Amino acid sequence: MPSERIPRETIAARLAETGYVADRELATALWMMDTLKRPLLIEGEAGVGKTEVAKALALVHGAELIRMQCYEGLDANSALYEWNYQRQLIAIKARERSGESPESIEARIFSEDYLLERPLLKAIRRKEPPVLLIDEVDRADEEFEAFLLELLSDFQITIPEFGTVSALSIPRVVLTSNGTRELSDALRRRCLYHYLDFPDVDREAAILRARQPGIDASFALQVARMVAGLRKEELRKTPGIAETLDWAATLAGLGVSDLTAELEIVHATLLALLKTHEDRARVTPEVTARLAGRAA
Amino acid sequence: MTSSPARPASLGQGMRWRLAGFTRTLRGAGFSVGPSETGDAARVIASPLADRPDGLRAALKALFASNRSEYERFDELFDAFWRGRGVRRAAAVTALGAANRGRRFEVGPRGAADGLAERAQAEAPGAPAAEGKGRERGASAQESLARKDFALLAAGSEREQALALAERLARAMRARVTRRERARRKGRRVDLRATLRRSVARGGQPIDLKFRRRKLKPLRIVALLDASGSMELYVPVFTRFVYALSQAFSEAEAYLFHTRLAHVSSALNERNHARALDRLSLMAQGVGGGTRIGDCLADFNRSHAKRVLRSRACVLIFSDGYDTGAPERLTAEMRALRRRCRRIVWLNPLTGREGFAPVARGMRAALPFVDLFAPAHDLESLAALERYLARL
Repeated sequence: MPSERIPRETIAARLAETGYVADRELATALWMMDTLKRPLLIEGEAGVGKTEVAKALALVHGAELIRMQCYEGLDANSALYEWNYQRQLIAIKARERSGESPESIEARIFSEDYLLERPLLKAIRRKEPPVLLIDEVDRADEEFEAFLLELLSDFQITIPEFGTVSALSIPRVVLTSNGTRELSDALRRRCLYHYLDFPDVDREAAILRARQPGIDASFALQVARMVAGLRKEELRKTPGIAETLDWAATLAGLGVSDLTAELEIVHATLLALLKTHEDRARVTPEVTARLAGRAA
Repeated sequence: MTSSPARPASLGQGMRWRLAGFTRTLRGAGFSVGPSETGDAARVIASPLADRPDGLRAALKALFASNRSEYERFDELFDAFWRGRGVRRAAAVTALGAANRGRRFEVGPRGAADGLAERAQAEAPGAPAAEGKGRERGASAQESLARKDFALLAAGSEREQALALAERLARAMRARVTRRERARRKGRRVDLRATLRRSVARGGQPIDLKFRRRKLKPLRIVALLDASGSMELYVPVFTRFVYALSQAFSEAEAYLFHTRLAHVSSALNERNHARALDRLSLMAQGVGGGTRIGDCLADFNRSHAKRVLRSRACVLIFSDGYDTGAPERLTAEMRALRRRCRRIVWLNPLTGREGFAPVARGMRAALPFVDLFAPAHDLESLAALERYLARL
């Protein structure tokens, strides 16, 4: 299979082209996914850009992104495949009078036309290896995790009426977890591991510049410093990178180019960053002034 | 030390030895490294990535670390082993990991922020809080009993009655409803898959409908009961309570601890009620001497936690928090325990006393990791536990 191998330095550079500013360790981990053909497990707090990694990876490889959001109660049917029961029923009824033999009806209703692909089956039936994102795997329950483990090692699925479907290509698998529940040791061992932290000031400024090309470099740095300061406050919900981007866009839209000069606007627009009532109340205009002063 | 090791197509003998030594070091530090990881590591070392030590470090980190604490400790171990830097610090990290065998120890400044305790402080007994809790209260004759400190109960019938109540209470606690569904004859949603299967018997007419319904999933309860001298007066009630809990929850495990940890689930499984309680109270009689909560928890974490705890487990610790061991030990073990289970409930019989503050050293060390810190000196406080468990 012509799965092109991209050297590690190129991965970082290509990621940057897609607007994802990765640190060296992440670039290394992504490179190793290809070399060792192992899935990558990314942990980190909400809003640090875990899901973005998979999207960027898909762009880098020019591959399709197949996303599966996990939730409590997710079962194999909604993750793998389902027969289209309504269509099958109609097909049976419609052919009843036609005198078609039962065998041919059976063969028809258990054919591909009646099979609904769910993300996991979809991911292994592509000719070109897609990026499979299994988002928030910690939300699914243990039964599902065990099932996933089996799929990730064999990359084949057995459908009783249909036969075994082996992977046409091995997808690049990215799993993310928020740590709402401890994952099993077996799953962890199967995967490469990366812990994604909030970016430092320079990297966040770089992200701002990458995502908002028009932004002034020193202003981006100011915004990044201010957000870093906010993250150090005792907040209930720490603002993530997406919020930083929103806020910077808001400020740019309002024509602010220096935080300390327009404290009132800065304080009023903090609602892009602070998403709970308590956090809003905690960050008083004085706090804003102090943080902005330090960021300048 | 390692001036860019020679790297032919396959690894040389020396390099293989070094790699084996490194995986041994990692295992000693509590990483679980299997042969497949080692094999992959050899491939990484043979790749151009290994030309630069930083690249190699990042690569091996992604491969060997499998949780955050390992991720944060890895750099130090790597530098010490391959570059001979900071050997002393890394040795300390290794020693800590080894003492906690298994990947549960966490170092680093962020650790302290983990214990997001919601810590419902003790509702003062008999105070206004008693209103509107009719469901858990017994009949009025039992009411005075419900609020009487276990330590003050007269021996004989009063004590017997309280014990029986504690048992009834525990049995009444329910299993938890999960969102996972299974096919049933009645339910909220039609299960097309099962219905179609059933229609075969009716010549393809979907006459018998099958439904999906939420599955009941038992909450797993793990009780750790302090049986030291200072708890003497409470141990009989708590053993009875724990016994009944284990009958009510199909998945329950119980441990007693004072200076050592004892697994007592086998006694709980005894069918004969009286025999079970006898065996339990016999086991509880290691009484005397100090309590070593930290050491006992370490033993639990090392030898039992992996098997007994799952994400849906709730750990109940019955203890007054008087610990004769080092508080740092207790902190470390509580943190390790925190990562493994859903909730930690600490029931402290002293909390109900007037003017109580959790000043015992052990209690202070453990508090940051406790989700619910509640009193357990009378029946009413035990009944309040039901509401909490029902929410899990």
